[in-house]
Amino acid sequence: MSFPILSLLILTPLIGALTLSLSNSAQLKNKTIFASGLWITTGEFLLSLLLPIFYDKSQNGYQFTEFHTWFDKFDINYYLGVDGVSIPLILLTTFLVPICLLCSWNSIQNRVKEFVIYFLLLESFIIGVFVSIDIVIFYVFFEAVLIPMFLIIGIWGGENRLYATFKFFLYTLAGSVLMLLAIIYIISITNTGNIEVISKFVFDENIQLILFLCFFASFAVKVPMFPFHTWLPDAHVQAPTSGSVILAGVLLKLGAYGFMRLSIPFFEFASYYFQPLIFSLSCIAIVYTSIVALRQTDMKKMIAYSSVAHMGFVTIGIFTLTQDGMNGAYFQMISHGIVSAALFLIVGVVYERHHTRMIADYSGVTNIMPRYSFFFMVFMLSSVGLPGTSGFVGEFLVIMSTISVNVYLTIFTAVGVILGASYMLLLYKNVNFGNVKADIKKLTDLTNIEIFYFTCLAFLTVLLGVYPKLLFDMIDASISIGIL
Amino acid sequence: MLSYKLLFFLPLLSTIITYPSGIFFGERFAQVISSGLISLSAVLSWYFFINFYSSGTAEVIIPVLDWLLISGQFFNWGIAVNSLTLIMLTLVLTVSALVHIYSIEYMAHDKSKTRFMTYLSLFTFCMVALVVSDNLIQLFFGWEGVGLASYLLIGFWHHKKSANLAAMKAFLVNRVADFGFLIGIATLYIFLDTLSINEIVQNREYLPLFHINFFGFSIDTLTFACFFLFIGAMGKSAQFGFHTWLPDAMEGPTPVSALIHAATMVTAGVFLTVRFSELMVMSDFVMTFILIIGLLTAFFAASVGFFQKDIKKVIAYSTCSQLGFMFVACGLGAFNIAIFHLITHGYFKALLFLSSGSVIHGVHDEQDMDKMGNLFSKMKITAIMMWIGTLAIIGFPYSSGYFSKDLILSSSFNLDQLGSLVYIILAIVSAMTAFYSFRLIFKVFHGEYKGDYDYNKVHESGIVMLTPLILLSIGAIFAGYFFNNLLSGYGSKEFWNGIIYLANEKHSYSSIFTILSKSFVAIGVALAVYYYGFNLQKLESLKSQFKSIYQFVLNKWYFDELYNKVFVNPIYDLGKFLWNKIDQGFIDRFLPNGSASVVSSIAKACKRFQSGFIFDYTFIIITGFTLFITIIFYISVS
Repeated sequence: MSFPILSLLILTPLIGALTLSLSNSAQLKNKTIFASGLWITTGEFLLSLLLPIFYDKSQNGYQFTEFHTWFDKFDINYYLGVDGVSIPLILLTTFLVPICLLCSWNSIQNRVKEFVIYFLLLESFIIGVFVSIDIVIFYVFFEAVLIPMFLIIGIWGGENRLYATFKFFLYTLAGSVLMLLAIIYIISITNTGNIEVISKFVFDENIQLILFLCFFASFAVKVPMFPFHTWLPDAHVQAPTSGSVILAGVLLKLGAYGFMRLSIPFFEFASYYFQPLIFSLSCIAIVYTSIVALRQTDMKKMIAYSSVAHMGFVTIGIFTLTQDGMNGAYFQMISHGIVSAALFLIVGVVYERHHTRMIADYSGVTNIMPRYSFFFMVFMLSSVGLPGTSGFVGEFLVIMSTISVNVYLTIFTAVGVILGASYMLLLYKNVNFGNVKADIKKLTDLTNIEIFYFTCLAFLTVLLGVYPKLLFDMIDASISIGIL
Repeated sequence: MLSYKLLFFLPLLSTIITYPSGIFFGERFAQVISSGLISLSAVLSWYFFINFYSSGTAEVIIPVLDWLLISGQFFNWGIAVNSLTLIMLTLVLTVSALVHIYSIEYMAHDKSKTRFMTYLSLFTFCMVALVVSDNLIQLFFGWEGVGLASYLLIGFWHHKKSANLAAMKAFLVNRVADFGFLIGIATLYIFLDTLSINEIVQNREYLPLFHINFFGFSIDTLTFACFFLFIGAMGKSAQFGFHTWLPDAMEGPTPVSALIHAATMVTAGVFLTVRFSELMVMSDFVMTFILIIGLLTAFFAASVGFFQKDIKKVIAYSTCSQLGFMFVACGLGAFNIAIFHLITHGYFKALLFLSSGSVIHGVHDEQDMDKMGNLFSKMKITAIMMWIGTLAIIGFPYSSGYFSKDLILSSSFNLDQLGSLVYIILAIVSAMTAFYSFRLIFKVFHGEYKGDYDYNKVHESGIVMLTPLILLSIGAIFAGYFFNNLLSGYGSKEFWNGIIYLANEKHSYSSIFTILSKSFVAIGVALAVYYYGFNLQKLESLKSQFKSIYQFVLNKWYFDELYNKVFVNPIYDLGKFLWNKIDQGFIDRFLPNGSASVVSSIAKACKRFQSGFIFDYTFIIITGFTLFITIIFYISVS
């Protein structure tokens, strides 16, 4: 029995949350609570760094596995393990959570204890999703993620937060119910919950189609794919900055991860069968949401719509079912996790100072906050997909893979890329350039903490853009196994 | 081979350290350090150029770093050194170094000098990465990088709304074309399984064997790939249809216009076409397309340049037109001559721009030529420089433009048919070039001063600005003479060494054609002198006589209006429609809100059954019971 690092990764935030909830909040200052949360999550991040260090790239399959019997009769077990596909996402999660706490340092003033607890729970559950190789465990964590997220938006959100949370919950729950049914059916047929074993099982073709659609309902809502995307702009707009960061950074990836981990290996026939459906929905998502983003007056909404467009690239890439496409899609996932998180932080910075998200309320910010506009520029360019930033690599590989599948697909992605540049440049221009408005003058430039985390994010963006091999080394072998 | 890497890393170093050094050691230090580093690399580039030429090697490839993984292959950041890349490097780095130095004085009153120098160095680095690349990915990186630098520099004065809009326009128009480029790259990769430029060129004969179904047409992959590569080239080189961004780009500071929008970046499209010359010549369709686009651009831009009021816009349209010339040379298969014209044009156009910058500087940021005149006596050196540049561009005998332009005209006889038509169009465009160039000279330097700014305060620029001008004028005069044999004459076969496609021996071209084309130019000059030197009133009456043509030309053939009507506005309106009507009006209304309201209305209906009144319950029980009995009865009977 080796060192149970994966369980530890799940348990550390959980225990932290438990300890915090048992402590007497009246005696603790807000800063102390934040600081302790920060210590826990930073420790968690350092712990997760062990994964890539000790991960053996020459070996295929899951590593660091842990196995404990749970429901013996159905072969449903507490079975954990990671491979090259899950490790980067775990790192992304453990990297973003401390940043979420850091950026809330000043903006969250009430119920700080609960806030930190929910974030710790959220982190624990998300990691749970990425490390489980048992379908039931996977489902439990996958659903559990909703609860803290629901609460974070519902308690610390904006004026219209209740509508947003219910929309969020309704959409995601509707999908999950179908997935639960499919999971129960799968277990009843295969008599196991082990994802590896199920992947080798060949389902009847007609059954596959139905099961695929059940999983699709759940994952498509999470991604989100058109036309299940309308919860996202509302959720983002109402969520506090930290909520948006984790939502865009990690939660959206759960859907795409589900496609890669479950849908495609389980349902080979159906994946090919539904390729056209997924492609058309993704193409619509890319073009449609880009055009809609062009008309947004709210910064957060614009970035939320851009998220939908970018995730459209991910789903296209995954369902080209080629190595290039999958690699690209995965790269795009990680890149989008960093960049969209950073962009929401960018919006958060000015929102905290000026208390408005309307683009029209800003002008000439670069004169007052030069450092801010510098970082904004870096992330804007990465979002646009400029070579040398992480945004380019994924987009490029996906586009490349589309040509071999279907040229029309390429044209749609092309339109998306061009429109994507339009709205991001427009946003950047309207906020940063032009004459300085009178009430902008009182704004202050980035604080040291903000500079610290923006530098980390910008560094990662450029590093992955200039040296993407770092990530490809990790994922390439694991993805090639996942391909049929 | 560290030494070649220096060309790559010195500009990178300059990009990285200029801004911090400005913060720590002051603006002047940053200006000097960046100018110094770029000048050093410029000197090195000449050294390497001469060394390489004498060594006789065809190509050296130096890997720098592993980059991108595609299907198990990694692509390097790499440096490919050959005659084409080296001669481009000498031009890029020389002009860049001179512009760096020039900017020290030109931007002296600006608030953000270090930012400006950083952007210039960034541009230089990306341009070098583009030029020396041995694979398409890095080339694309440089391609987008120079686009970014261009975007940043056009919008450098970001308090100006027009500058911001122009910057965005440049980025987006290029974005459209870049996507064509990307499709070209992807096609080459998918069918040849490599992105290395050398391997692509070596395996080119496999390309026509495959076909792509594109909107019902079956196109062979060679034509497909070349066509889309050329679309990319059209965007960057502001060719007909994609040209709209270039005149607007003049919103940027003048040194930027000289470096990016005249001498180097805009010629990247030509460079790309030449780099893939071996592929391009295999497709007749693409070659014809290039030729037609080149001719159209040359003519169109020259016609618009006729009556522009802004001094920089005239030169911008002239750049556009000259780029058309280069593409004509490409389309005729005379790729070496396209590069030749690229080089000479780089020097004289940079000279023209920097001189106009000196003029603008001298008359206190006035760009309207109607508010200038008689500046000759105030700024003699600048005026002489402008004269030299103008003589070079119209192809005055033994200036640099004379050689390269004449060769383009003569290569029009490479064509079997219609060669003379191409020749005549080019000759007419040359005459037009001569006309608007001399119009500029007369409006700015001669005649009467008509400006608002106090004439006595008009001044000549200082030594820091004039030195680059003088150095460039050497290039503008002698570059043609110097490179003539090397690039297109007897030495050309050894020089190019198989790197680019060289056309076969020239067809008969007698000196009579040179004389003919020169007489066209002479007519252009004479007309400009006649109207702008002596008979301005006559010109006005001509303008009112041909009012519709004049308006058409003055408004740049209404391209901007057309694009706004066809692309920009509809998309903008569509955005509003999709958001209000589909997202909120349809999806939200029926999916989340719809399901919620269905649930709540069912709940409301059910609520009625639980009113709490005994007679309601009695009623329900009786009705239910009756129904139940009835159903049982029916079932048992059937």
